[in-house]
Parts: sequence; structure tokens; C-alpha cells
Amino acid sequence: MTGSAVTGSAVTLPVVRPPGPVQLPAVLDQTLDNGVRVLAVRRPGVPVVEMRLRIPALCGQSGEQLGPDAAGRTLLAETILTGTAERDRQRIATDLQSIGGSLAASADADRLALTGSTLSDGLPALLRLVAEVLVSASYPDDEVDGERDRVEQEITIARSQPAVLAREALLGRLHPAHPYGTELPPPGAVTAVTAARMRDMHAGRVSPDRALLTLVGDLDPQEALGLAGDVLASWAGAVGAAGGRVPDVPAYPGGPLVLVNRPGAVQTNIRLGGPALPRSDERYPALQLANIVYGGYFSSRLVNNIREDKGYTYSPRSAIDHAIATSRFTVAADVATEVTAPALLEMCYELGRMALLQVSAEELGAARQYAVGTMALMSATSAGLASVLSVLVGSGLPVDYLREHPAALARVSAEDVLAVGSQVLAPAKLAPVLLGDADRVRAGLEVLGPVEVAAESPATGGRQG
Amino acid sequence: MSGPQTKISSLSYPVERVTLRNGLRVVLAPDKAAPVVGVGVYYDVGFRSEPEGRTGFAHLFEHLMFQGSENVGKARHPQYVQGAGGTFNGSTHPDYTNYFELLPAGALELALFLEADRMRAPRITQENLENQIAVVQEEIRVNVLNRPYGGFPWITLAPVAFHSFPNAHNGYGDFSELEAATLDDAAAFFTTYYAPGNAVLSLAGDLDPDETLRMVERYFGHIPARDVPRRPSFAEPVPADERRGHQHDPLAPTPALAVGYRVPDPLSDLTAYLPVVALSEVLSNGDASRLQRRLVQRDRSVTSVSTYLGTFGDPFDQRDPLLFNLEVYHPAETRSADVLAAIDQELARVADGGLERGELARVQARLVATILREADGVLERTLAFAVFEQQRGRAELVNELPAHILDVTEDAVRAAATGLLAQGRSVLEVTPGPADAGEQA
Repeated sequence: MTGSAVTGSAVTLPVVRPPGPVQLPAVLDQTLDNGVRVLAVRRPGVPVVEMRLRIPALCGQSGEQLGPDAAGRTLLAETILTGTAERDRQRIATDLQSIGGSLAASADADRLALTGSTLSDGLPALLRLVAEVLVSASYPDDEVDGERDRVEQEITIARSQPAVLAREALLGRLHPAHPYGTELPPPGAVTAVTAARMRDMHAGRVSPDRALLTLVGDLDPQEALGLAGDVLASWAGAVGAAGGRVPDVPAYPGGPLVLVNRPGAVQTNIRLGGPALPRSDERYPALQLANIVYGGYFSSRLVNNIREDKGYTYSPRSAIDHAIATSRFTVAADVATEVTAPALLEMCYELGRMALLQVSAEELGAARQYAVGTMALMSATSAGLASVLSVLVGSGLPVDYLREHPAALARVSAEDVLAVGSQVLAPAKLAPVLLGDADRVRAGLEVLGPVEVAAESPATGGRQG
Repeated sequence: MSGPQTKISSLSYPVERVTLRNGLRVVLAPDKAAPVVGVGVYYDVGFRSEPEGRTGFAHLFEHLMFQGSENVGKARHPQYVQGAGGTFNGSTHPDYTNYFELLPAGALELALFLEADRMRAPRITQENLENQIAVVQEEIRVNVLNRPYGGFPWITLAPVAFHSFPNAHNGYGDFSELEAATLDDAAAFFTTYYAPGNAVLSLAGDLDPDETLRMVERYFGHIPARDVPRRPSFAEPVPADERRGHQHDPLAPTPALAVGYRVPDPLSDLTAYLPVVALSEVLSNGDASRLQRRLVQRDRSVTSVSTYLGTFGDPFDQRDPLLFNLEVYHPAETRSADVLAAIDQELARVADGGLERGELARVQARLVATILREADGVLERTLAFAVFEQQRGRAELVNELPAHILDVTEDAVRAAATGLLAQGRSVLEVTPGPADAGEQA
């Protein structure tokens, strides 16, 4: 028995028993003749199988420098499950229900993703359906017509959310004229997309080359692999799609604080963002810990300062997010209008500390434990493990990353955190974008530096390049 | 495609239970699938129980429970849990307030120490109270005041569907009432509702039951027993006539509509309640569901439609009275009367015509799969054990629910639809624009 009893008033915290080595089940990893890489993992427990399929490079093909095409990829994801050569929308949906299944499509600038699950007996039926969709999705004119109008309305609703507008404004500022500069189609864009365009896009982009299929759950890996090989054999590659790549991401050009005016807002959505390091960079583990110490978890400096000490905000946070061609460090806080400038001051003060001074041994140790522990927690369900594997391997990392990353985190020193902090977390390297009531917050912000006020313009999707 | 006869398995997590001398009920569900443990503490008090004049207090008090306790300084609880590689949170519901952690197995004792310390002696100061009132106000601004459809429909439908203070009031709270909260309020609330006998401790995952029970006894056993408040009835009659509400939302770009129907008591009549759960799946989950087909695919009159049970969409965590909720977003060209008429028609189709061939089996497979997938998560399992133990003394319902779902009959689903049609529903319309824009939209 570890720990110590409560005796009198002197209380010692129970000792935490250190975790054993990472328990990652065996991953069967094989590439089919048509280029699809299959990962299959047996994880007994509940009789369910999780499926993730990633198909890369939705935004451009070899040599092309496509601008934002959020409209095309958004509608493709919304209509890919509305018909195949053999089944209509109803049949697809009822067949999924029959196996206790789910299947959903989503798309961003990097990839199309199909996310599914089934009662374990239904795996053959789920994979046959997925293969049928990949090979013969038909984008019926009538279904595309109906979805186009509906999706347009959904985008209108999404663009009324301040968090969405703030995110769009930040991305537009960081990546002007690049597919990464927006996550939502601009208003009206979806209404111009035709069913014929969907079918062309599917033929050109929905290719097995470098696609990644991940299956985790109550399955036999060899059987699952054989099944995937059989049903996906007829999925052929579109010529040229193999070279599809995301355009290079230009460096963030810098500039003043941008204040997007939202008259009457009772809060200001503060966003900061800038370039980070990819997971494959040897300094990445240090950056991951720097982010955690700064604002990546509840026990961070940012939360303790502007929430638990000052009460400016409910959910301040920072994060590193990764796309294929870039990685970003972002900071977010939604603060009461009247404390906008003081909150930004504290956010930058804490960034400056990360860039100029070493973190304490206690902070570093806690962040390290949190990073290692939450990796294990994320992999502790079939759905979690499937998603983690799909994201990591889909971004080019080896399967062993999950096993080896804890050791890499263990090697990080406070000096490493400072070195990477001065590079990535320095306030001077981050773009500030705020969404709030300019009349009420501008003067305070101008105390801190130059301010450029932009009109709130959902009609053009904020500041697009 | 394999038909509806797809084999459906059940769950068989072992469950042990102990009641400590101070009344604390403890549920243990060991399972070694992953080196992870879940810890959940459920207090049998939610925002239905908060006093008049103190709306939002149950939720504010949840925040205060993270501000330190006799042996745990301010900000230390999160630091200890996260520094051990774990995650944590708390949440406030109509009927309960919970606190939970998901941790590497080796940190179980730490979590027990932390939960016991704040069950015994939270340390709430004036400074922390004021700080957390400000934090909660920002939470309300971000989730309600500064965004379109804020609080729709969970805050805004309640006063249409219910008339008594416990059921109708805003659980997030009124700003002036939050600001009026005092340390005396907190002390009284804690003394009344946070008694060990008013709580359930649920532990699941990679744990040894005997060792764990010794640790539970060591940390929780010495917390003095206190009187356990009798839970009042919050019952209200099912309305015979339709109730209507109208809300103007200056931030909303399109109209929205919520409809609430009363449903059978999930505790006293699970057999009548589960068909309503199945009906919800028949009506609105996925492209095969009836309201999706009718309103989205055929009429193309709405942007989205969803149905769910309970204030926050968990069909199994709320006691009577609760609502079957229907939530619709639609373009301004669509008349809400037409949407309501279509909903009535679709309910009548189920009530009079029954289900399509195979429809019930498909819906059952989906419901069971959803339950199984949720049970795969140690934390989700921990919380489900806790809520069933608290409400019913029956944590095992987690294991039994799939079989109960498969027992639902077509006639029972028809009866559920008839039950919704037979009562006075509650309708809340949201119109974009300021209140003085009138109702011409």
C-alpha cells in the first residue's frame, strides 16, 4: 500500500505510483496494392469496431496552386453519403442502422475523412459500404441541390457565432490567400457548386494513393486486413491525384493588432497565433511542454492568472494545431469587454515570461506527467486509439511514435523549453486578432500598441486575403 | 449487407457496492482493459434544489469546490490531478452535481484523498467567492449572452414547459442573484446537501477492489455523518393544453423552434420510458430517421432537426419531470406552423401506422451500439455507474440496458408517440432581431 494516512493535522499527499511502460496493443500495418495503408488493432472489450479513413490532399493537385476551396470540399463531405451506384441515401442509412453503425464524412484543406463504427459483426458490411461509396458515390443531382441550400444555411448560422468569426479572422490573418486561411466557405460560395463538380472532384481527388484506413476494436487484425484488401481492391487511383499537395505556407508577415468590430458585444474574443513546429521536429516535445505550462491545461500560468486570480474569463487556453504543411501555436480567451486590454496585457506578459525565463522544475515535471498521462488516457478507448493512430500516422509519423514519445518528453530540460519558448511563444511573433466592441475597447488596446480596426463582415468571411 | 439480425452482445462489468458508516455509498467496477481509473463523486443536489433568490447557486458552488479544502490549497486540486497525468472536471445538472477524474491507475489514491478532503472540509474564502462569481459570469457570457441561440432551448424552454420555480428557473442564474451570494449561503448549502450520505462515490477501471476499499475507508470513513435532506418532489401536472413562448434573439441569423413534451418517469416506469428513447431515435437520428427524411430531405423546410431526452441530452441522468425535446433551425421563409404540423403528422404516422418492417430492430441496434461505445470509456462508465446507483441503487443497469432496449416493442413505441400527441406540448419560437422588431418574421 502506498501513501500515508491522515494523522492529526499534518497531512502528506498520497504518493502516485508511476505508470508502467506504454501499453500499446500490436498494430498490424500493411499497404494494399492500390496504395491504401491499413492499420488494424485488436482491442477486445466492448464488441464494437472503430474505423477511420483519411484521404489526403483535398485542396490541390500536383503543381496546382489552388486558392481556398472550402465550398467544394464542404459540400463533397455533406453529399458523399447520399448515393452510390447500388444504394440510395435511405438504403445507405438503413443498412448502417442495421449493424449498429455510424458513418460520417468531414473535409478540411488537407484531407477527406470518413469516421465510422459498427457492432463487431457488422465490420464486413461497413467496409463493403465504405468501398462502394469510394468507388461509386453518385452525388445525385436532387440530393446535391437539397444539401447545397441547407449547407448554405448552416454556414450562415456558424458565421453568426463569435468563436467561429474570431477563428476565421485569425486564420485569414495568418494565411492570406491560402487554403488554410479559412475553414468555412464564404457566404454564397456553396450555392455555386454543382453535382457535376462534385463528381469531378471525387474522380480527381478521392484516391487510394496514400489513403490511410485504421481499424481498432473487437476484431482479428489479419482477418480485418484481408477483408479490407478484398473490398477495397476495386478502388483505383485517379491519375495525377497522387501528386496532390497543399501549397506552401508563406511566412506570417506580421503587422498590428487587428480589432474586428462587433458592436454591442459583451465580451471580446482575443486570439493570438503564429507558426509552431511540426511533431517530427526534435524540439517538438519541448514545445509541447511549453504550451502546457503556458495555457495548455487548467493548471497553466494563463488559467491561474486571468481566470483563477483575476476572474477575467472562463476558459482561456493555448494549443498547438497541426496541418500537413504547417503547425500553429494559438492562444484564446473570451473576456469581459471592460477588461479587454488588461486581459491582453496579462496574456502577453505570460508569453513573455515563457520566452525570457526558465520554467520551474515543478512546472516542468507536472507538464511532463500531464503530457504522458493524457496520451495514455486518449489511447484507452477504441475510438480514442483509432483517432490518435489515424492522426499521427496520417501526418507521416511512425506507429512507434506512441511508444517512444514519452521518452522524448522525459528528456526535455528547462533550457529546452526556454529555447523553444523564445522562438514560438514570443509575443512579438504572434498575430493578435480581437473580435469585440471597438468603441469600448479600442482606447485601452491602443495603450499597448497600434490597432487596426476592421469591420465585422461575415459577408466576406472576415479578413480574407 | 447483414440484416437486422446482427448479433448484439451485452456488457458484463462486475459491480461491488459498500455503504460506509457515514452513509457514503461506494460502487466499484474493476476492469483491467486499460491502466486507467475513473473516479466520480455525485452529490444528490442539482439546480432544481437551489433556493429562490439564489438562482445559479448550485453551479456556483460547484466552482467553489475547486477552490481548495482543508489540506489542499487554492489551485492545487487541478495541479495534483493533472500533475499525475490525469484529467478532471465537474458539472451541474438539474438533479445532481458531479466531480470526476480520469487518471493513470497509480494515481487513484491521490484522487480519493482530494475528493475526501473537499467532501469533509472545503475552504471557501470571500476572495475566492468573488473570483468565481466573476468566472461564472464570463461562462454565462460566452455560452449565453454573447452568442446567438445562447441558452436555447435549455434555459428558455423550461419556463414555457414548467411553472414551478425548481423546474422553470434558469440554472445558470441571474447576475444580480449570483452577485448576492455569500459565504453563509455556501456554508448552508454545503451543510445541507454535501453530506456524505447524500453522495455516491463511483470507481471504475484498473483497480484492486480490496485495496481500493481500504483506501476509501481510510480517506472517507472519518468524515462525520450528517442529516441527509429529503429530496422533495418536483412533480408538475402534464399540461392538457399547448403552451407557447416567444423569444427575440438579436444575434440569431435565422429562426429556431423548440418543442417540449413530457415523458413517463424514467425511475418508476423504465418500461414506458425506454420506448420514448427509441422513438427519439426513430424520429431524428441519421438520414434514415423520419424527421430527417420528412423535414430535411423531402420538404427541405428546415436546416436541422434533432430530438433528445433530458435537459442536456442524456436520456438516463434525469428524474421526473423531464422533457422530450425537439430542436429545429429553419430559414425565415419556413412557417413554424408548417413545421409543427409536419411533426404532428409524423408522430401520428408512428402512433397510427406503426413502424416500417425492420425499423425497430435497426433502431435498437443503433441504440445498443451507442451504449456499448460509451461504455468503452472508463470515465463514461464511471459516471454511468454513479448516476444509476444514485437514482436507483442499481449501477448494474449499465450492463442491463442493452437487453432492456431490445425488449422494447413496436406497440410500445406507438404508445409513446400517442403519449406525446395526447398532451399539451410546449412550443418556444425564436425570432431573429431585437424585441421591437415585432413578430412578422
